[in-house]
Amino acid sequence: MEKSIFELWGHGKSPEELYSSLKSYPMEKMAPFLHSDTTYKIKIQTFNKTLTQEEKVKRIDALEFLPFEGKVNLKDPQHVFSVLEDYGLDPNHIPEKPLNIYFGRWIADGQRELIESYSVKKRHFIGNTSMDAGLSFIMANHGKVKENDIVFDPFVGTGGLLIPSAHFGAYVCGTDIDYNTIHGLGKASRKNQKWRGPDENIKANLRQYGLEKYYLDVLVADASKPSWRKGLFFDAIITDPPYGIRESTRKTGSQKEIPKGIEKCPESHIPVSFNYHLSDMFIDLLNFAAETLVLGGRLVYWLPVYTPEYMEEIIPRHPCLKLISNCEQRLSSHTARRLITMEKVKDFEDQDQYSHLLDNQFLPYKGLNSFREKYFSGVTKRIAKEEKPSQE
Amino acid sequence: MRAQAGMKLLTHNLLSSHVRGVGPRGFPLRIQATEIRVSPVDFNPDFVTRMIPKMEWAALVEAAESLGHLSELPRQLEEGYEKDEDFLRKVHHVLLEVEVVEGTLQCPESGRVFPISRGIPNMLLSDEEAAS
Repeated sequence: MEKSIFELWGHGKSPEELYSSLKSYPMEKMAPFLHSDTTYKIKIQTFNKTLTQEEKVKRIDALEFLPFEGKVNLKDPQHVFSVLEDYGLDPNHIPEKPLNIYFGRWIADGQRELIESYSVKKRHFIGNTSMDAGLSFIMANHGKVKENDIVFDPFVGTGGLLIPSAHFGAYVCGTDIDYNTIHGLGKASRKNQKWRGPDENIKANLRQYGLEKYYLDVLVADASKPSWRKGLFFDAIITDPPYGIRESTRKTGSQKEIPKGIEKCPESHIPVSFNYHLSDMFIDLLNFAAETLVLGGRLVYWLPVYTPEYMEEIIPRHPCLKLISNCEQRLSSHTARRLITMEKVKDFEDQDQYSHLLDNQFLPYKGLNSFREKYFSGVTKRIAKEEKPSQE
Repeated sequence: MRAQAGMKLLTHNLLSSHVRGVGPRGFPLRIQATEIRVSPVDFNPDFVTRMIPKMEWAALVEAAESLGHLSELPRQLEEGYEKDEDFLRKVHHVLLEVEVVEGTLQCPESGRVFPISRGIPNMLLSDEEAAS
């Protein structure tokens, strides 16, 4: 995992290649960071080589052609840019010229500072599936979260995914169907702890990092039955829906499902069934995003995948949302999850919510519903294999 | 013991009842508050300016008034509010600093009540109650 995250503006195998790459980077993308009322500084970072101060200054001077209009501030600039020079991996054979040169705008320091300070180990309030801090920051970056945005998580759980967005200055809110988790009640997820303490709730997590002012609200709600009035409220929806493995996939159910120990919401006694099919959940999520995101807003979520059957067609589609990226993270030998990023490119119209019925991708997509069985089938097969020799 | 946070009026302004058959008449939800809290939040004029166009202004005023926190908000939005810091501060107060800790939200059309406890509204409806 990277130490730092940069937004790449150009690269090349020589300074000339770098400069021409920089010259072809779109001006609209540079402009906000070169503005006359911003401050900046440029750093030269080298890997496997040391440069003298004079050599570094020369390199900075060579970038004069970049249209920086802001003021240089070496102490506390708003924007930091880095030239990264790669001199290979062999400390005994350091080349004279760099193998690769990159120029980027610094976004965050990967492992050391940001992720360490936001580590789940230190967090006051966690759940069974709280996301690792590094990944949650990557999700916020994919969501292009910025100051004064509103970011929403419909499967908010213990609120871990809200934290990076709040760190970037967005105001955050979420819903979850689980009353106890939202209220910070019930059994603890930490080893050696039985019940959750009084400071364990989502707002407390934000308070721990000084981000309390960005907390809007959380509600107990069913993501499949949203309670928002019509309108475009969210700049980003960033979420990790349950896959049905460690957390069950649920939605509110029928009063007729009462028998057989069906769970009921503690406060209102609404039955919560376990019949929320994964494929329906993603259709609902995409429709919800299409309806409530601002134009240009992003949906970022994890999609569980049974690797032997994976094909690109399985990624849920929607006429209002454009697929921006799809990145895999392996979970086991035969399962993975994919970080899907989509951007709203078209206004939602009523007929759009039924587009999945016309789409011939609907059938392979249904394969997701047996994700839980497939996940566990691999496990049981392996256990059977391991136990075989002892039986002979 | 730390004071409990509550539902903000910004959120209330976005919520609607989704009881079967009510459609857009499920907004705005009527607030009945048994415990209100006023809690300072850092003033951010840019955020407030961004939120104002997304708000249903009449509903915001009505909700603030029902809680006894109208705070001199005008009943109608006037032009040029972006530059009026006094006005933005009043809006900031109403949107983010007045919280409902305990109470209910009632669907104006069906009468269905959604509880707010420990500052968290519970919007769950059973299959039978909810819109298809």
